[in-house]
Amino acid sequence: MEFISQPWAWYVAGPMIAIILLLMNYFGRGFGVSSNLETFCTIGGAGKVSDYFKKDWKSQTWSLLFVVGIIVGGYISSHYLMTSEPIVLNSETVSELAELGFANAGQSYVPSEIFSIDNILSLKGFAILIGAGFMVGFGARYAGGCTSGHAITGLSSLQMPSLLAVIGFFAGGLIMTWFLIPIIF
Amino acid sequence: MKNIKFLIIGVVFGIILSKSEVVSWYRIYEMFKFQSFHMFGIIGSAVAVSMIFMQLFKKGTIKNYLGENIPVKDKKKGLIRTLVGGTIFGLGWALAGACPGPMFVLVGHGITAILIVILGATLGAFIYGLLSKKLPH
Repeated sequence: MEFISQPWAWYVAGPMIAIILLLMNYFGRGFGVSSNLETFCTIGGAGKVSDYFKKDWKSQTWSLLFVVGIIVGGYISSHYLMTSEPIVLNSETVSELAELGFANAGQSYVPSEIFSIDNILSLKGFAILIGAGFMVGFGARYAGGCTSGHAITGLSSLQMPSLLAVIGFFAGGLIMTWFLIPIIF
Repeated sequence: MKNIKFLIIGVVFGIILSKSEVVSWYRIYEMFKFQSFHMFGIIGSAVAVSMIFMQLFKKGTIKNYLGENIPVKDKKKGLIRTLVGGTIFGLGWALAGACPGPMFVLVGHGITAILIVILGATLGAFIYGLLSKKLPH
């Protein structure tokens, strides 16, 4: 049982993610999450505005169920499989974040400085949340995939577009983390 | 209900992302600061093991549940779409501390604010769809 309640090491999680890719392919589907965002648009009636969304969303039921499963998996882990131990971060990360105004880094999964209810209700907080999401959704669909579709599936099948996309992922991530986060917070 | 297996695979995926702390904003920050090997180890080993599976798909050693060869779909090509789209994605990934999979895991963790992020992501996908014919790829 101790294995279940402890955080899992990278060499456990990485190969397990590869097994998820294997299972999806075994059952005749690809491994990817971000295409569901387009399916949400289709369900919401976006087909009336643009032909891009004129698709039969029911053919994506398998993928929507995958997403529902991910939510359930998150619920099960947070309710039954977690310890209250903090996340063991590099002490440098913790002190850097403290300087930026993020107190108690690692005590919870996400910083209250971004994800608290108060932040949803403030203009800046709301803009950060919706803006960050917007960039993820727009960027993933523009690039043709996210971490699962490009970084895992694409890199492992040696596809050039995925290598370029992952270079982009890191370029954007580095710019945000090193230059923009210190300005925003 | 033949699709129920994808729900179960999703549950397992959600648990993996939670237990390995991939869904933590702090882990993503730490990764982009190169202050921990954790995330690089996860992505790296996932890619390495997947590479073996991909080879076995190609050779036909692993077949799908119908006994057919598993085709690996080609990703859409385009220098601008991958680099520009990828960079925009990366900016959002580092700020939200979550890519699309972890966003849904955090819904299960009861993080209300992540719903705003998912709303933003859906809006982003919508705007991309509207502009897709006009954007350079």
